Amino acid sequence: MSPTTTSPTEQAVRSAPRSVPAGLRLALPTVVVAAAVIALWQVYVTAADVRPQVLPSPVRVVTQGWAHRVDLAAHTSSTLQVTLIGFAVSLTAAWALAVALDFSPWLRRALVPLFVVSQTLPIIAIAPLMIIWFGFGLLPKILVIALATFFPMAIGLIEGFAAADREAGQLLRSMGASRVQVFRYVRLPSALPRFFTALRIGITYAVVGAVFAEYVGATSGLGIYMAMQKNSFRTDLVLAAVFVTATVSLMLYLLTYAVERVVAPWASTPKEHR
Amino acid sequence: MTEKPGVRAEPAVTVAGVRRRFGGNRVLDGISFDIDPGEFVSVIGPSGSGKSTLFGLVAGLDTPDSGTVSIGGAPAAAGRAALMPQKDLLFPWRTVLDNCALGLEVQGWSRARARDRARELFPAFGLSGFEDARPGALSGGMRQRAALARTVVQGRELMLLDEPFGALDSLTRTDMQLWLQDVWGRERWTVLMITHDVREALLLSDRVLVLSPRPARIRHDVRVPLPRPRSLDTLTDPTFLALEHELVSVLHGAHPAGISNP
Repeated sequence: MSPTTTSPTEQAVRSAPRSVPAGLRLALPTVVVAAAVIALWQVYVTAADVRPQVLPSPVRVVTQGWAHRVDLAAHTSSTLQVTLIGFAVSLTAAWALAVALDFSPWLRRALVPLFVVSQTLPIIAIAPLMIIWFGFGLLPKILVIALATFFPMAIGLIEGFAAADREAGQLLRSMGASRVQVFRYVRLPSALPRFFTALRIGITYAVVGAVFAEYVGATSGLGIYMAMQKNSFRTDLVLAAVFVTATVSLMLYLLTYAVERVVAPWASTPKEHR
Repeated sequence: MTEKPGVRAEPAVTVAGVRRRFGGNRVLDGISFDIDPGEFVSVIGPSGSGKSTLFGLVAGLDTPDSGTVSIGGAPAAAGRAALMPQKDLLFPWRTVLDNCALGLEVQGWSRARARDRARELFPAFGLSGFEDARPGALSGGMRQRAALARTVVQGRELMLLDEPFGALDSLTRTDMQLWLQDVWGRERWTVLMITHDVREALLLSDRVLVLSPRPARIRHDVRVPLPRPRSLDTLTDPTFLALEHELVSVLHGAHPAGISNP
């Protein structure tokens, strides 16, 4: 805790305009390294005259990706849709179960080990089976995404609820609060910082899960697009699709910060106690 | 010890023969005392002597193995006394005003009414202008005043203060003690306070109870006959110094009867 004498408005004024340049300054080393790697790649491909089927140059990836932008956009939209639906299902299930488990220690002891086991299942082996069992539709993809993302989010929430200050719970009980009130006023808000950390992990897993499920078998999506381009030795388009996938992941990742700022603005600022 | 001529009001709090053990560990070993309405009573005792256990019982968070605790004639239960814990426990996800209104929201008040009621306390608690601030923007002393406002606003028959100023530097602490005496003097809440600080206990209280080391009994129950309002000058008053000497000696193991007051 740092006792400050500045008023909250002063603080807000001081921190808000500074955060943007600070963010840029923080990102600068990453940008420099990424640019250097891409430049090296371009030089190597040009100098060694590598065949584009093996390793296309970055310029070729970009120009070919741009030439196929309509295709790529259609597949991206399909992947994004699968990702968001699958992730929404997983998120809902994680919340419902984590809340139920917070109220029932018996359920918690029964189910948490099973969650851990679910995490050890190799998705590489499970995803094709999902296609065999449930076909090429939405369901197997939702299941793969859920399998990949449910665990980190459920555990993040369960641990978040448990991380609530014990004494804060006692304070609420001394006020005459019911268990539901203790949950609402203390345990739920206490869990949000960890939840958002888990959400960031979850959303990136969701994109990977969706692309993987599509790779195994789908009618559209970046995964199946990559598989098809690979089979026709269009390494440049595979890489273009990889680049698009990474961009989608990054966008969704950054979106979680925006959501956090709205839902729990206090969570991202430095803690003043505990 | 609480003999007074004439008619006495019913005690606000009665603790009678309370024992509490955790496993094989006897913590409280027959604690009995009364608190009159409007009385400010402090409990001091060595670390680990069971002060917090006693508080848990009075707050209704725990039940004694034997003996009874009653507040206003009814058995102690959660929601009968308002607790101010050692840590201020102001929630960063609530504004200062919403933190102070929390107890009333728990009681079922609408958020708007709870906020209006809490807002009334802000001028006297030196919190005006900080209604919509986050607790992180408050100084240490302001945080404690906000935590006290959150306690007072609940409107309970008894206030339990657990080392309310333990986390403050000594200068702020003295200011807060004098300020607390001032607001208490106007409102006359019934208060039971835990403290480690003998001077704090004497400055604020009508009576001081001294607990023995575990298993705790009440070793000493002393009235503080110093006139109010007390000030910094009180700290050097001969009566104050004599009582301070007496309490420190008892805390360090002297038998209360064996102390000769200078």
